[in-house]
Amino acid sequence: MSSLNKNDLIKSLLFYLPIFFLFASVLNEIDLNYLEIEFFSFNFVHILIFYWTLKNPRYLSYGSIFLAGIVNDVVVGLPMGVSSFCYLLICAVTAYLRNITITPNFINDWISLLFTILLINSIQVIGLDFIFSIEVNYMQYLVNSGFTFIFYPIFLFLFNIIEKKIKIQKND
Amino acid sequence: MAVIRDDFVIAIRSAFLKKSYQQKFSLLTLLFLSVVIIILGSINFKPVQYVKIGINEIVYRSSFIISIPENYFKNLSIKLDEHLSLYDQFKKNETELKNLKEKKLNNNFLILENKKLRELINETLQSEDLYAKVLVDKNSPYLKSIILNKGSKDNVKIGMAIVDNSYLVGKVIEVNYTNSRALLLSDLNSKIPVLLEPLDIHAVVSGTGSNYGVIEYTKDDYDQKIKGKEIIVYTSGYGGLFKPGLPVGKLINDNKTNKNIVSFYSDFRQLDYVKIVSYDIGSGN
Repeated sequence: MSSLNKNDLIKSLLFYLPIFFLFASVLNEIDLNYLEIEFFSFNFVHILIFYWTLKNPRYLSYGSIFLAGIVNDVVVGLPMGVSSFCYLLICAVTAYLRNITITPNFINDWISLLFTILLINSIQVIGLDFIFSIEVNYMQYLVNSGFTFIFYPIFLFLFNIIEKKIKIQKND
Repeated sequence: MAVIRDDFVIAIRSAFLKKSYQQKFSLLTLLFLSVVIIILGSINFKPVQYVKIGINEIVYRSSFIISIPENYFKNLSIKLDEHLSLYDQFKKNETELKNLKEKKLNNNFLILENKKLRELINETLQSEDLYAKVLVDKNSPYLKSIILNKGSKDNVKIGMAIVDNSYLVGKVIEVNYTNSRALLLSDLNSKIPVLLEPLDIHAVVSGTGSNYGVIEYTKDDYDQKIKGKEIIVYTSGYGGLFKPGLPVGKLINDNKTNKNIVSFYSDFRQLDYVKIVSYDIGSGN
């Protein structure tokens, strides 16, 4: 009986792990800035949303992604709603990819990620600079997009392990 | 051709409108809601501002708790750096201390003289200090700001100066009920009127997004004037927000770009407690 309960608990914990990662990273801004490496930064949240919504949107609901965007705006100090809009655009791209793809291909997904982050960062830069008159460093955004793109395979590997564990627990 | 276009439209429609996999909202609804929030946030609509303050209160506190492990590693990396450069730092401090002891003798006299001169022109300078703890230190690549645990209930107002020991580090840009956000001098959007001493040149220090600032709005020949001199950057007091004479940083030559940059006195990575200061410069005239 107790082992059954324990399994249920682990199952639910693993299922909510992507949401936990999402909120922990928007509240904490995980980008390793304290390492003080010039220009080094990457957007973990973009990778996280792209991977999990592409894999299966059940793990990350659109509502929680919207909420995480609002939280991110408050923490970073951006006008409220900007991050939510960008995160949901990632979801739109992944939903479109899921609809048109029969067999998933890593290279296709990786290139789609590059296209997506370039698109949303461009929208963010245009919005902040031209609409809200907030000065932004274009180079930082470009380098951030580059590192996010480069780091995707590493996180893909890690997230695949987690996903497998969630599936195993589900089948148990 | 028409078939390909139809497939595209079907895929797009399905992506935006279909509420698949236990989703409570469709993507289009949430995207529309985000745009509405952006528009409402940009206009000063009172109820929206109150909701925003409420969200800020909750998110800042949560962020403080969630950031504890990262802050621990951040402090650990800083401590490690300090231990590794202990001897070099000691030698540097020894020389600096010797110089400072010499300067201190002159300073006491200058303070007294300054006080007498202010009395002569009936100028009074009153300041109110408030100590605040740095709750969240988000040194993100986009915005350099800190969250402080003092807000409107402690009479914090937008524009107040943030001081670390006696060095200026930024100003308050957002005030909530129990907390506030301060923009650091290193942020791209930070512009502070300053005075380059001892040459008495007025300028503006602008943040760069990195841990240094640059001098803007001076005459072109200022580069020639400062060559080979030690230039200290102080606040000029223009605009009335900051007290004149607050030390900001030192002008140094960047070897990589061969440009003059402002090296801030305060290390923005290590701000635990800061002073929120408001000034009132009164004139007897």
